[in-house]
Amino acid sequence: MSTTEPARTPGAVPLLELRGVTKRFPGVVANDGIDLKVMPGQIVTLLGENGAGKSTLMKIVYGLYRPDAGSVLLDGYDAGIASPSDAIAKGIGMIHQHFMLVPTLTVAENVALGMGGRRGLADMRPVRRRLAEVSERYGLSVDPDALVWQLSVGERQRAEILKALYRDARLLVLDEPTAVLTPPEVDDLFVTLRQMRADGVGMIFISHKLGEVLEISDEITVLRDGRVSGHTRPSETSREALAEMMVGRPVSLTREIPEVSPGSPVLTVEGLTVPGDRGTVAVDDLSLTVRAGEIVGIAGVSGNGQRELADAVFGLRGATSGAVVVDGRPLLGLGPRQVRDHGVAYIPEERMKDGAIGEFTVAENLMLVDHARPPFSRRGFLDFGAIDAHSRELVASYRVKTPGIHTETRHLSGGNIQKVVIAREFSADAEVLLVAQPTRGVDIGAAEYIHARLLEQRSAGAAILLISEDLDEVMALSDRIVVVLEGRVMGEVARGEATAQEIGLMMAGETRDAA
Amino acid sequence: MDDLFSTSIIVATLAAGIRFAAPFLLAALGETLGQRSGVLNLGVEGVMLIGAFTAYYATLQTGQIGTGIAAALAAGLVMGGLYAFITLVMQAEQGISGIGIYLFGLGFTDLLFQKLVGTPLPIQGLPSAPIPFLSDIPILGEVFFNHTVLVYVAFLLVPVVWFVINKTTFGLNIRAVGETPEAADTLGISVNRTRLVTILISNALAALAGAAIALEAGIFQQNITAGQGFIAVALVYFGAWKAVGVMSGALLFGVVSAVVLQLKTVGIVTGAASSLLAMAPALLTIVVLVTVSRRARAPSALSQPFSRAA
Ligand SMILES: Nc1ncnc2c1ncn2[C@@H]1O[C@H](COP(=O)(O)OP(=O)(O)O)[C@@H](O)[C@H]1O
Ligand SMILES: [Mg+2]
Repeated sequence: MSTTEPARTPGAVPLLELRGVTKRFPGVVANDGIDLKVMPGQIVTLLGENGAGKSTLMKIVYGLYRPDAGSVLLDGYDAGIASPSDAIAKGIGMIHQHFMLVPTLTVAENVALGMGGRRGLADMRPVRRRLAEVSERYGLSVDPDALVWQLSVGERQRAEILKALYRDARLLVLDEPTAVLTPPEVDDLFVTLRQMRADGVGMIFISHKLGEVLEISDEITVLRDGRVSGHTRPSETSREALAEMMVGRPVSLTREIPEVSPGSPVLTVEGLTVPGDRGTVAVDDLSLTVRAGEIVGIAGVSGNGQRELADAVFGLRGATSGAVVVDGRPLLGLGPRQVRDHGVAYIPEERMKDGAIGEFTVAENLMLVDHARPPFSRRGFLDFGAIDAHSRELVASYRVKTPGIHTETRHLSGGNIQKVVIAREFSADAEVLLVAQPTRGVDIGAAEYIHARLLEQRSAGAAILLISEDLDEVMALSDRIVVVLEGRVMGEVARGEATAQEIGLMMAGETRDAA
Repeated sequence: MDDLFSTSIIVATLAAGIRFAAPFLLAALGETLGQRSGVLNLGVEGVMLIGAFTAYYATLQTGQIGTGIAAALAAGLVMGGLYAFITLVMQAEQGISGIGIYLFGLGFTDLLFQKLVGTPLPIQGLPSAPIPFLSDIPILGEVFFNHTVLVYVAFLLVPVVWFVINKTTFGLNIRAVGETPEAADTLGISVNRTRLVTILISNALAALAGAAIALEAGIFQQNITAGQGFIAVALVYFGAWKAVGVMSGALLFGVVSAVVLQLKTVGIVTGAASSLLAMAPALLTIVVLVTVSRRARAPSALSQPFSRAA
């Protein structure tokens, strides 16, 4: 089994060792005989596409799942981790892919949760004190008395890490911790991880982002379809080589931008002001134009009005003033149905909440927007023949990996759910595409594909407004980049006119001239 | 007419309001604990009936009110065990399960009453236990400090429940389990064990609320609780899942009930009007639910069964 083991310091006992771990779910072998070693003070990256089995393997380490075969050794001994409390007691911490925080409790309360307390009392004073020490040591500043729902994504992540460090984790599993972070937040996270490494904490780091992986890892293990498909070190590999190990075929990491001369303005946003959820102004007197055959990217740190902008354009949220015009026709005040009828398609950022219905089948999601019209529906009756034919075609042409068109959508991987949403929206032949976070949480193979389809729409003359928190994505695809801060336009740059550094500074509030 | 506004009548009405509030309060505080942990129990009314009958029957048999109360508590725990089995082990839909519990309590207590008692025999009711000195204060003493033990217990439970929810680790677990059970689970908190405890407590309190009604009346009859258990559930929403809020609601309903009763007794309203007036608490419930409690947010995991995927 252990043929791909790299050489290690002789005599040193691994903090964690997995031997031939296998886990089956109905219909899938999520983990197939996986070997992995983590030494104290080492960051081992687990790299793999969505569905490769990374989270499952980590849930086994954390005692949430029991393996069907193989063993988990801690300090060289069979650990038999039976439950999360067992894992915690043995010094294992886990930052889950989806935050495991109670939004209505404070940070301190979340940290103290499950730890017991003196005489059953939840006294937060000692918790706060220790929390302050740990925060200080690892540069993780979070207000212990803030309610979690009020925190930004970056702060929530820090709270998660604090939760593990507070429990004296010797082994920390981080399942895609950077997926939701901005570049500066990733840098901060890495400062913390390096400090933990220096303190001898072993870590398993999961990420899709190859640059990050090369930057932070000591060892890299690549998973594909539940198996180890490669093992390497940053000094011995490259982004391209890693991508190929993940996907199983050569992947292009650069985007070919076809020459398109933009047409006339299709989408015009003029002095748009939109209220936020908490009575604040989320979008503040914002104006922009998108022409046919053009991608305009919105760059900004998460929570600077991007979501509200998209919602307002699509009729999901009212605006206080301003105008949104598509092809000379005003959209404000119309509902989503009418906005669609005006030729706007929408890829919402939360595909599982707003983009697709998890309990519906792939076929149902694919016809959702037009379900009440011919050919899918005649006189109020659904025409299943037409629906299935349409779905088969889209599933094939968008390469959606699914057992069948009648599979419930929630069983698909994130990338494939996104392909379902994109297939539906792009096949509507809309003039305007409103695209939010199209590749968030999507693996590189699928991201490459989604980007190609986006550029294809651009070539076909669609006016595309791309909202993304992934600056690399915005820079790779956009003809023009509009930088937003607190709902206002900070500046606009054309393709190739500014570096990531410069745009990052504008995102943080420095005007272009000053930068 | 003047009589209606005389001090003694107002005092008596307010005192009655507090007395009437006690069963609402006991049941609603229990339901609050349950809901904060994510368990909806619409069967409160049924458990109250079982508590009422058990307390009545045990008192009738033994002549001991204390035995009656203990028996009611025990019956509540049994019902709690049953509800926990249905909702935690079998993971049944909670709304429907609660209605089942209600129908069971309604039918079963009637059956037992017919079989075991037949003609209504009164028992000695729970006596007032005036608190020394405090009950001597004019007006206030009569309104607040001349009640039965169960009334005091109900009101003392308000700070207790508040404390448990907000100041203990168990309360922290309850809140976590009711909001984000997956998160609690990853921290080694047993979601279902936490819910089992709140279910047992809430059912015991519902049974105690029923006991308070039967022992106050000194009698049992079919459907003696007359919908108070359902109002108690509504009060949890009214009180925004907070002990003090629930208490305000219980007091409001207690006082409204007392005023309605007073108006009927004095004979100001009669016949159809009096029947309409009897609907006041129900109408109040609806009005309150569509106005006051719309802003508050229920625990996110309310009525969601929890189990970890394989
Ligand atoms: N609880 C589950 N039940 C059934 N299948 C699952 C479950 N969890 C994961 N899977 C399947 O196992 C495979 C691996 O999933 P996962 O470990 O989440 O992948 P990754 O984290 O690498 O994206 C996928 O095919 C996924 O659909
Ligand atoms: Mg995963």
